[in-house]
Amino acid sequence: MFNMDTFLPVLGKALQGWMGVFVVTLILIALVYLFNQLFSNNSNKQ
Amino acid sequence: MEALFGNVLNIQWQQVVMWAIGALLIYLAIKKQMEPSLLLPIGFGTILVNLPLSGAVTQVIDGATEVGILDVLFDAGIANELFPLLLFVGIGAMIDFTPLLSNPKLMIFGAAAQFGIFFTLCLATLLGFDIRDAASIAIIGAADGPTTIFVGNYMQTQYIGAIIVVAYSYMALVPIIQPPVIRMVTTKKERQIRMKYAEKSVSKTTKILFPIFITVVAGIFASRSVALIGFLMFGNLIRECGVLDGLSETAQKVLANLITLFLGLTVATKMQAASFLNAQTLMILCLGLVAFIFDTVGGVFIAKLYNVFSKEKINPMIGAAGISAFPMSARVINQMGLKEDNQNFLLMHAVGVNVSGQIASVIAGGMILSLFG
Repeated sequence: MFNMDTFLPVLGKALQGWMGVFVVTLILIALVYLFNQLFSNNSNKQ
Repeated sequence: MEALFGNVLNIQWQQVVMWAIGALLIYLAIKKQMEPSLLLPIGFGTILVNLPLSGAVTQVIDGATEVGILDVLFDAGIANELFPLLLFVGIGAMIDFTPLLSNPKLMIFGAAAQFGIFFTLCLATLLGFDIRDAASIAIIGAADGPTTIFVGNYMQTQYIGAIIVVAYSYMALVPIIQPPVIRMVTTKKERQIRMKYAEKSVSKTTKILFPIFITVVAGIFASRSVALIGFLMFGNLIRECGVLDGLSETAQKVLANLITLFLGLTVATKMQAASFLNAQTLMILCLGLVAFIFDTVGGVFIAKLYNVFSKEKINPMIGAAGISAFPMSARVINQMGLKEDNQNFLLMHAVGVNVSGQIASVIAGGMILSLFG
């Protein structure tokens, strides 16, 4: 019933995909912290 | 008389079952107010396309092809991914990222709550689904309609109708699905953790740069997500730029409503009995639920992991809001927090995680396309 031959390669790629989401997210977090530091004292606050 | 009643004999029991499913969707939309803007058109469309020799969809009658209007709309709006992308412009214009930008670390929970997508992908493959179908089923866990339609259509899955209906149904059922799962993986003490909310101002420059940079970064790492994230962030840019209020308002209301109107009806072309009534649809129903459950579990567990290393504890329930399903999931978490402690207001934290889930689900969709497309 279970298709192990296709499952194992997919498992590796799935982990890679989830890690990819984290990598992009971490870059975005760093960027937002940077923007907040750079522009927080500007007069254009809302 | 034969011309008048001849078509009655063409009615098949499978079509009658589909009428009942269509009626159920209409009932849920009107009576239970479950995603009415989509379930109602899909429900009505389901009845429309399952009438014998329905003129709304393409039929071959006596060797001649008669093109149906819903197939024309499908080719014009869904087969080329136009409708979900245009809808994203409207959604982007509706979202205020301020709670996220004032506390950017919340974004990590959005990423965590995409776990269900990748877990379900493995499970669907294990159960024998073709990789492209498995990826399309897994993306139900994005809890985001346009992303689901975009990925499913890109993968050319034969189950697109079932996938879309299941995705929207579970999005509407978030208040029923998430609370028991969250209670199962958290202790009462954890659910009572209070979180302070100090409103931090976010500069207009940051709000303008965010949608631009997110498009660039996501585009570099998951190039196939560029259209999805780009249209979403374009919508947000016209909201935040401050000089296109008219366009922003049009995108939020007129554009989003117009596309939604046609989207639901058009999706129904894939709700024909022959392709919907099979064992795979039942499996998709189960796998979709698995995706939602493991999204919730993923978000909560990463929040618990965060607490191991952080002095300032967070309420792990907010991790579950990373499931996207905006803004319903944030409301559910806030209500759960208030139920445990009537002075525990988690709404703003949960909204921050919830909008980060919207972004992360699109990135996850892009990853799926890049890895399996």
